[in-house]
Amino acid sequence: MWNSFKTDDHLGISAEITTYPGGNGDEIHAYVVRPLSDAPVPGVVLVHHMPGWDEFYQEFAERLGRHGYLVICPDLYCRYGHGTPDDVAAKVRSDGGVHDDSVVADCEAAAQWLRSDPACSAKLGVIGSCSGGRHAVLVASRAPGFQAVVDLWGGGVIMSEDQRTPARPVAPITYTADLDAPLLGIFGNDDQSPTPAQVDQHQAELEKLGKTFEFHRYDGAGHGFFYYHTPMYRQEQTMDGWAKIFSFFEKHLKG
Amino acid sequence: MCTMIATSTAVTGAGKGSGGWFPISKATVGYDHATHSGTAHALLLDFTNYELGLDARVALELDLRSGRALLAQLELAIEAAEASGV
Repeated sequence: MWNSFKTDDHLGISAEITTYPGGNGDEIHAYVVRPLSDAPVPGVVLVHHMPGWDEFYQEFAERLGRHGYLVICPDLYCRYGHGTPDDVAAKVRSDGGVHDDSVVADCEAAAQWLRSDPACSAKLGVIGSCSGGRHAVLVASRAPGFQAVVDLWGGGVIMSEDQRTPARPVAPITYTADLDAPLLGIFGNDDQSPTPAQVDQHQAELEKLGKTFEFHRYDGAGHGFFYYHTPMYRQEQTMDGWAKIFSFFEKHLKG
Repeated sequence: MCTMIATSTAVTGAGKGSGGWFPISKATVGYDHATHSGTAHALLLDFTNYELGLDARVALELDLRSGRALLAQLELAIEAAEASGV
């Protein structure tokens, strides 16, 4: 929880860009945050959003790290080259977007990397926002072994036929039966992707299949309302959303 | 929202980026998250030459009204150019 640490706690993190063997064994970049801890801590795969592997995601990783999670945030655009995040994202956009299979493979490899790290406990979560929220659901559905998954306003979990592309050929809701991790969803009621009706549809599918989940929907918020660097930011809803995330991870990864 | 709206075409011309002028080979037009315009979403226009690197890019973020205004002016200029016979 926010401001729940004690002022004489032993608290610290290390954070760096490093590389790890991603999908297909390709050595790709990742931002890794390690909390100072004498005991193993849960691991989290952090899935960046469409605008890229950017500074927001570095700070996102650091926040999770300060709350006691070993975090790996793979650069899912690494194979497209290097430059400023928006230059790289522009290249990915012009090429039709990163392929879902590539994301799943890189995240599955990131999970394996966490499992092999002696600083990591046996429990793993996966979380992302925007396209990363959609990808978090997809990863947890296609790659077993996560104990918690968090979808922050992931548009495209439900897709119409005309929204399918070569890079995104299957709607993640298709794999709901295979989802074996509890799911936390956080959404803004003014969002257009996912719309409240699409969130309803996703919820109905989870209920039908008996999945463990909790969805929280916020009035006065649209898409990307955690993004303090954009006009989409909504302070009150964001702070409540973060509390929901930490409570969910605490229950499923530290319990 | 991540719209994933993006379409590209081959183009011939030149653009001026941070390193000066360079030949442009591709234009991509999208509508998605903005990163610099201070708006949630924007028309994203990228004029690029990826053979020269990812930073060989002239980028614009425009609101939809500006995009329509620009489109109208492009059409007017092109029609006038073609009518001129030059």
